[in-house]
Amino acid sequence: MDVFSDPANFDEYTTGFLWILKLTAAGGFAAFVLGVVLAAMRVSPVPVLRGFGAAWVNLFRNTPLTLIIFFCYFGLYTNLGLVLSDELELNNFWLGVVGLAVYTAAFVCEAIRSGINTVDAGQAEAARAIGMTFFQNLRIVILPQAGRAVVAPLGSILIALCKNATIVGTIGLAESSNAMKNLINFNGDQVIPIFLVFAGTFAVVLIPTGYGFGWLANRLAVKR
Amino acid sequence: MTTGEPLIVLDKVNKYFGPLHVLQDVDLTVDRGEVVVVIGPSGSGKSTLCRAINRLEPINSGTITFDGRELPAEGKALAKLRSEVGMVFQSFNLFAHKTILENVMLGPVKVRKEKASVVRERAMKLLDRVGIGNQADKYPAQLSGGQQQRVAIARALAMEPKALLFDEPTSALDPEMVGEVLDVMTSLAREGMTMVVVTHEMGFARHAANRVVFMADGQLVEQDTPDAFFGNPKSDRAKDFLSKILTH
Repeated sequence: MDVFSDPANFDEYTTGFLWILKLTAAGGFAAFVLGVVLAAMRVSPVPVLRGFGAAWVNLFRNTPLTLIIFFCYFGLYTNLGLVLSDELELNNFWLGVVGLAVYTAAFVCEAIRSGINTVDAGQAEAARAIGMTFFQNLRIVILPQAGRAVVAPLGSILIALCKNATIVGTIGLAESSNAMKNLINFNGDQVIPIFLVFAGTFAVVLIPTGYGFGWLANRLAVKR
Repeated sequence: MTTGEPLIVLDKVNKYFGPLHVLQDVDLTVDRGEVVVVIGPSGSGKSTLCRAINRLEPINSGTITFDGRELPAEGKALAKLRSEVGMVFQSFNLFAHKTILENVMLGPVKVRKEKASVVRERAMKLLDRVGIGNQADKYPAQLSGGQQQRVAIARALAMEPKALLFDEPTSALDPEMVGEVLDVMTSLAREGMTMVVVTHEMGFARHAANRVVFMADGQLVEQDTPDAFFGNPKSDRAKDFLSKILTH
C-alpha cells in the first residue's frame, strides 16, 4: 500500500474518483430527465413523437458507449467545433456527460416505459374519462404509479452509469481508470493492491446504492 | 322524465375491430333527463356503444353529437367534452395511489381548476350521499367492490356532468353488493339525470329505465318502454334472449 502514502498518488486517486462521481451525478440527472421525456414520447398519441422515441432508443441502446463517447469528442468537438467549456479538462468532462446522458437515457426510457405498462389500462381510461389531457394523465395518474415499479431498475441503471463513466477516460479525463493506469505504470510492483483499492472504492459506493434502491422500491411498492 | 330535447345523438355509427363489425349503422337518440338501458347478449356491441359516446372508442363512420356539438377529435376539445360526460366502469378504475376523497376531488380541481376547499365540501357531500363519507381517507384497495363502485359514481358526479354513462357497473361485483350500487343509480335516475346504462340487471331496466334498447350482433334490434319490451318483445332475437334470461 506504499503507493497511496505518497500524497501526489493519493491525490490522483481521489481526483479520479471524484470525476466519476461528478460524471455519474450530471449524467444521471440529464439521462433521467431525457429518459422521462423519451418515455412520454413513446406512449404519446402522436405517431411522429412515438417514432422519434423509438428511433432514439434503438440507435443509442445498440451503439457501444465507447463509440458514442468518441463521437462526442471527435465528432462534436474536433469536427463540429462544439465547445462546452474553455478549460480543456472541463470540456472533456461535459462532452463525456453528453455521451453518457444520451446513451443512458435510452435505458431510462425503456425502464419507465415498462413501468408504465405495469399500470392498469383502466387507470388511464378513467383519467381520460374525467377530462384530463394526455400530460395531466401522465403526470397525475400514470407516472406516480409507474414510478414505484421503476425504482429498482433505475437503481441498476445508475450503477451501470457509474461504472460506464470510466469510459470518459478514453477522451482525456483523469478519472479513476486513467488514474489507476498511471499509478500502475509508475508502480509496476504493486499492481494488485492498486487494482484492489480502485475496485474496492467502486464496490464501497455502489453496493449500498443497490441496497438503497431495493429498500426504496419495497417501501414504495403499490398495495394492490 | 324525458324532455323531448335530444342530448346524445348517434347517426349511422359504424365501428370495426379488425374484420369484426361491432357497431352496424347504429342510430340512437337520448333525450335530456332520459334513462336508457342497453341490454343484449355478450359481444353484441353494448359496451362499445357506451364507450363511443365519450370517444374512449373512436368510431369508423357516422356521427355522434353531444349537446348539439359533434364529438371533437383528440385534444383539448375532447378532454373538455369528456369532463361533461361522467363514466362509470365495470372494473371501477379508481386511482389506486389516491385516497377516496382525492379520487373524487381530482377532476374538479385538476381539470376544472376549482378551489380545493369548495370541491372538498362538495366531494364530502357526494361521498355521504353514496354512503362512504366515513371512508374518505382510505385507499381504494381497502374498500369492497360495491363501495369502490359507489365512489366511482361520486367521482363522476363531482364533475357535475350533463350525462352519465355506465358500462356494466355491477358485473364485477359480488351478488350481495349489487343492490347498494343499483340503489344509488335508481335515485340518480329519479332525480332526472340523463343516463345510458349497459347492464344485465333486468330488474333495474324494468323499474328505472324510460326506454330499453336491445342490441344483438352489432345492431340495435329493438327499443321500447320497459313494460312493452319485457311484456311484448317484437323481434325473434329479443324473444329468444328474454326467454333465456327470464326462465330462471
